[in-house]
Amino acid sequence: MEKQEYLDLYREMVVIRRLEERAAELYQQGKIGGFLHLYIGQEAVCAGIGSVRQPQDRIITAYRDHGWAISAGMDPKVVMAELLGKKDGCSMGKGGSMHMADTSLNFWGGHAIVGAHIPIATGLALGDHYQENDDAITICMFGDGATNIGFFHEGLNLSKVWNLPVLWVCENNQYGMGTAVERASAVSEIRQKAEGYGMPNDRIDGMDVMNVREQVARVMEEIRNGGGPHLLEIMTYRYRGHSMGDPERYRNKEEVKKWEDEDPIGVFRKYLVKEGVASDEVLDEQDDLAEKIIEEAVEFAEASPNPGKDLLFEHIYAEETSIEYRGYRLENESEEN
Amino acid sequence: MARMTMREAISQALWEEMERDERVFIQGEEVGVWGGTYAVTKGFYDHFGEKRVRDTPIAETAIIGSAIGAALTGLRPVAELMTINFAFVAMDHIVNEAAKLHYMFAGQFKLPLVIRATSGGGRQLAATHSQTPDAIFAHFPGLKVVSPGTPADAKGLLKSAIRSDDPVLFIENATLYQTRGEVPEGVDVLEPLGKSKVQREGDAVTIVAYSKMVQAALQAADMLAEDGIEAEVVDLRSLRPLDMDPVIESFKRTNRAVVAEEGWRSYGIGAEVSARIYELAFDYVDAPVKRVAQAEVPLPYNAELEQLALPQTEDIYRAAKEVVNG
Repeated sequence: MEKQEYLDLYREMVVIRRLEERAAELYQQGKIGGFLHLYIGQEAVCAGIGSVRQPQDRIITAYRDHGWAISAGMDPKVVMAELLGKKDGCSMGKGGSMHMADTSLNFWGGHAIVGAHIPIATGLALGDHYQENDDAITICMFGDGATNIGFFHEGLNLSKVWNLPVLWVCENNQYGMGTAVERASAVSEIRQKAEGYGMPNDRIDGMDVMNVREQVARVMEEIRNGGGPHLLEIMTYRYRGHSMGDPERYRNKEEVKKWEDEDPIGVFRKYLVKEGVASDEVLDEQDDLAEKIIEEAVEFAEASPNPGKDLLFEHIYAEETSIEYRGYRLENESEEN
Repeated sequence: MARMTMREAISQALWEEMERDERVFIQGEEVGVWGGTYAVTKGFYDHFGEKRVRDTPIAETAIIGSAIGAALTGLRPVAELMTINFAFVAMDHIVNEAAKLHYMFAGQFKLPLVIRATSGGGRQLAATHSQTPDAIFAHFPGLKVVSPGTPADAKGLLKSAIRSDDPVLFIENATLYQTRGEVPEGVDVLEPLGKSKVQREGDAVTIVAYSKMVQAALQAADMLAEDGIEAEVVDLRSLRPLDMDPVIESFKRTNRAVVAEEGWRSYGIGAEVSARIYELAFDYVDAPVKRVAQAEVPLPYNAELEQLALPQTEDIYRAAKEVVNG
């Protein structure tokens, strides 16, 4: 890696952290509605994988997707605009926090039903396999909580039966909402579930971005060489609650503190200084830059217009199709006009 | 024109579209080596090979979920659910993913996907395998729901569904597979999605039906003709989007209607169609709209009881007589 690449990777992680912290504030101000699931503490996972994936590799993830949007290459302005439900958001304000996507960047969302995107990922890989895009890998992210639902098992099984190029990544943040892994999963290590499908698997540390990079690059090379699907369990921790409405009665402050001492941004920062890649001053500049990027994103999002009522009826179908009913108010309005 | 069964018409539509477009492929339980549990895809595996005729595990979530994913990459999958009763297992992927993704991501995701499924009772398969839950699926904006009543429509509508860029649930009635009819020849002979069609002209009463009930309605119309009553039969063909124009045009002439469906009456197709008749043509109503539907019981195995619960030609005939005679 060149020096600039290290700095970019560091800044990306700080951008994600600042984005999430600002999102929490905006949520408390009532400017972001619905559910908001923060990625704080897990930044090394998406940044690490994002830094080794190739443009032809597809990414699909669950609802904790803001970090992934950034690592996939989306402009923080567009992410923030979507959080605020504005027209300049990636989904024009129709998807919100849980539905970030940019297919031009091969980022396929942002899916809110736990585990439902897992069989869809199998299909994305089938699409590449069928069309002989032999170099492409589908990277499918999900939480530990998603591995107890049927979708996971059907999706993994079929990916192995058809030997499809999928990197299955469990971001094990140790809680499915408020239920600890050992209270919900019959096996303590999620990677063991891959054994049932004869699938290679590993469990790795996800708080060190360099480790994530190295391990993921190795596994992706195996998949690209025709090795078939692989399950990677990446150990991580979310510092915040499951979503903004989480009272966090299920864990104590000491536990959170223990993990904060291993903060992925702090770990990477120490590494960069120790290895002589960058000084604290240089990294502080990157922090300031990240801060500026997010402030500009907030300004952009606040200034962006609402989608407007015409967009209500756009995108129901790809083909021109009659709309059956526009709601009582609009139907009567159109009759009056 | 060629005379053929509904099964042959559906099979021919699939075959022609697969010949025409490399992106079209089939996947589902026993569609390949077995040749399809209803023999619709017999011979496909040998001709098109395992890449394009894909046998899957008995795992509906994986069948529909992976078809959605493949469609997102630009392929045109035709995913087969052996029966619509198994669609409940894949409900999330049908109504929560396929019907939503295009809208929720503001048009970024395109799903040129067809889900084929057989619906309906009458084959002594008992309560879990005999349902006609078509209305449930027609409830969701974002999904297109099609269900033909004649071989010609089956072929033309299935071809349109495969060529459509939207997710289409294509519902076939297994007891119609042996029904014969004239089918126009030509690879590009299509029937439009979302358009109802008058299958028989008449001026005394409008019978609205779809799928198997179209055949029953046509038979009832023949019986009514012997009594001097000319019934018009309007075939909905698509349940979403629902094209009411031919229904309303007909009703404004006949002023009387019967709506026939094989599924349960409560919250059903008949409820929707009759409500729309009242909304759109109240001034033309000469008699209350009658609904013919399945008795509200889980269908029993016993043949006599099963037939008692299912709507019959006779029911349509009697309902039509009642609305005509008042």
